[in-house]
Amino acid sequence: MTGLGATVARAGRRLLSSLPALFGVLVFTFLLMRVLPGDPAVFFASGPNAGKEEIEQIRKQMGLDKSVPEQLVFYLSDIGRGNLGRSMMTGQPVLKDLRERLPASLELTFTALLIALIAAVPLGVIAALKPGSLVDHGVRLFCALGVCVPTFVSGLLLIYVFYYLLGLAPDPTGRIDVFTSLPPQRTGFLSIDFLLAGDIEGWWAACKQLILPAVSMALFVIAPLARITRASMLVSLGSDFVRTARSVGLSWQKVVVTYALRNAILPVITIAGIVFSTMLGANVLVEKVFSWPGVASYALDALLSSDYAPVQGFVLLMAGIFVLVNLVVDICYGIADPRVSIG
Amino acid sequence: MSEMLLEIDDLHVSFSTRRGLVEAVRGVTLAVEAGEMLGLVGESGSGKSVTGFATTRLLDSAGRVTRGRILFRGQDVTKLRGDDLRQLQGAAMSMIFQNPRAALNPIRAIGLQIADAILTHKRISKDAARAEARELLRAVQIRDPETRMNAYPHELSGGMCQRVMIAIAISCNPALLIADEPTTGLDVTTQKVVMDLLAEIAAARGMATILITHDLGLAARYCRGIAVMERGRIVEEASPRTLFGAPQHAYTRRLVAASPTATSQIEDLVTEEERERHAAVVSRPRQELAHGTPPLLEVRKLAKRFDEGAAAVADFSMTMAGGESVGLVGESGSGKSTTSRMICRLIDPSEGEIVFDGQSIGHVASRDFHRSRFRKDIQMVFQDPNESLNPRFTAFDCIAHPLMRLDGMRGGDALRKRVEDCADRVGLPLDLLPRFPHQLSGGQKARVGIARAIACRPRLLVLDEPTAALDVSVQAVVLQLLDRLRRENDIALLFVSHDLNVVRMLCDRTIVLRNGGIVEQGESRALFDNPKTDYTRKLVEAIPHIETGPVLAAAL
Repeated sequence: MTGLGATVARAGRRLLSSLPALFGVLVFTFLLMRVLPGDPAVFFASGPNAGKEEIEQIRKQMGLDKSVPEQLVFYLSDIGRGNLGRSMMTGQPVLKDLRERLPASLELTFTALLIALIAAVPLGVIAALKPGSLVDHGVRLFCALGVCVPTFVSGLLLIYVFYYLLGLAPDPTGRIDVFTSLPPQRTGFLSIDFLLAGDIEGWWAACKQLILPAVSMALFVIAPLARITRASMLVSLGSDFVRTARSVGLSWQKVVVTYALRNAILPVITIAGIVFSTMLGANVLVEKVFSWPGVASYALDALLSSDYAPVQGFVLLMAGIFVLVNLVVDICYGIADPRVSIG
Repeated sequence: MSEMLLEIDDLHVSFSTRRGLVEAVRGVTLAVEAGEMLGLVGESGSGKSVTGFATTRLLDSAGRVTRGRILFRGQDVTKLRGDDLRQLQGAAMSMIFQNPRAALNPIRAIGLQIADAILTHKRISKDAARAEARELLRAVQIRDPETRMNAYPHELSGGMCQRVMIAIAISCNPALLIADEPTTGLDVTTQKVVMDLLAEIAAARGMATILITHDLGLAARYCRGIAVMERGRIVEEASPRTLFGAPQHAYTRRLVAASPTATSQIEDLVTEEERERHAAVVSRPRQELAHGTPPLLEVRKLAKRFDEGAAAVADFSMTMAGGESVGLVGESGSGKSTTSRMICRLIDPSEGEIVFDGQSIGHVASRDFHRSRFRKDIQMVFQDPNESLNPRFTAFDCIAHPLMRLDGMRGGDALRKRVEDCADRVGLPLDLLPRFPHQLSGGQKARVGIARAIACRPRLLVLDEPTAALDVSVQAVVLQLLDRLRRENDIALLFVSHDLNVVRMLCDRTIVLRNGGIVEQGESRALFDNPKTDYTRKLVEAIPHIETGPVLAAAL
């Protein structure tokens, strides 16, 4: 179909046009890291009483003795060859670290977004169907609470209730407890890998680990999603075409779901994309609270120890994901709204 | 009594708003026979649409029927609930709305939308419903219904969308069809085609129709009975012939007078009292231009191409003398707005020359034109008085803005005096100046727009459908105002409109555009009385003339 071809072409153009922005992000993070206080050479020297010579040597080894523009050129040529550098903390190439940790973050974020959407869209719809009613105010209150309580507080609260008091949840120590054997890695998403391996018990264990951090993240983003659903649903319900649908006596579900909601969901797609990108980078608190081995906590650790390469790699990764997510959102939008693919 | 299909008895509808309860309909009583076409005519805010919505039970949640009843086949519609109501909606009575494109679901193929309506009321398979939808598209004369089934509303023209809407409305053979301004916003020619189709379908299927419209001419052409509404009440109900021949109620008289006809003059549009104030000016004879005066505006071989597409305007040439009024008419897409915007220097022409007062201004980029000394000589009045005023500016600010920008005036008494002078010239009461646009009526907003345009004493005023969004009685006053301003200040008017009756009255000369090219031009009266091309003839014939109405209705 020509529509598909046009979409692919559009996607390609979008990717190309995002390259300058990505380059800008690269240079900016690089410079930012150099400006921040802290000398990685001192940090990674053998001990507090390391000699000047030793520090100087480390500095030379890390290339820090060269001028900033020179360092930038080296860095860029490394990136060009697909080398993100080596982490001083883990001693591993940054690329390898990120590749190991990204699936954990993605799995968590996807699950959280799914939970948030499943909760937010019906809440928004219910609120919009009876604006000003008790239900509407209830939803507003719930959303306000979700936003007001920081994720690490809600995370700790959930741990306190479900782990400490009720004992329903497993201890919040990462993606899987130490006694479960890991499935062969295919997607990197534990819950999916367990399923692929046919290990239902393992799958259940992974899900149990996943649910609390995902819920505490979801609570935080339900508010924007529910509010935007409500607002666009109100517009949709008041529109001429919903009146048309009512005028021919379509059933209530048909009017609300097929006519109003399908139109109202379009802006929600956009917001969901933004929320996803934000969550992926900003869920460091949740990752810390639940000892989740994700990229965000990795980047935070690196930042605290002035480990340049992982931070730069992380920012580049986030920028790339942001571009990708926006692209996916655009494509989804194009599929959901026939008016878009024309332009 | 019992043979009436619909009987509305002392209907009251009120809306709860922020400012308390507002009565939109106060005591409407009317009856519709099976198969009859009734016109419900009135200006905005008269409650005609609300009456329609109350009948089909589509009132906003804020609106409530407070008194009276609506009997449909002897059953009180206002008391129906749940399934009974749904069986009525669409199956027994249905509705067609203004703005057809918005009335269709933008992200659902039109075939599916028609099938949705069918499936709601008939127990048939989806395929059968699709087949019926295809037949309906054929019935509303949409070419190539097979492929159009999968089209989305944005891919269709306004007229086509309205046909789809008609197809949806008639899909279950209702006994009553309520058409709420079905052709407002469509071209005259499209309007005629759609209305003819609607009348034909209604006659063939024996549907009773209520035609809600602000256009007396339209109602007269298609309806045998017309009910005139004013402020929530029906003030007069009669056949078109009596209504136009001998209107009883004062409001009807004013409405009939304000509706432009083929022969009416601008002076005829408003009643004696309203005319009084500026009568002296109006009667002043036009000054004849001295021979050999250079034209104020000369346009040579103007063309505009938007990227990739064909030329929107091509080879457009015209001249205008100072104080002359020229009409630019054509259907939507004919390039009349594009042309006016190029002359106004809001967009850049692709080719051609625009000479104003002996100076070429066509080459000045439109985004730099605000620095040109001719900016204040060429001003524009826009189509929608609601959209073209800054909602955060008071009427005073709106009028003062060009004075400060273009005439370099600073605040203070001088500015205040100029603004008040402008307001006075357009007949805007001075106590309205501190108000914001949303606190003004449509006619008042139109006056603010005109006052803003004439504030810097322009020599050429370009008007893009300045009265299209206004009620006829307001339009009458605005037209008279424009004509007076032209005579008083010698402002040349370039009047873009699809309303040929208005152009005929206001403009000395008329240019007919089609697909970006000039089809015909000449002195207005001669051109309309004796069109030389088929296209112009088609345009002229499509105007609903009040005179022809009674004849047609009588022949039915």
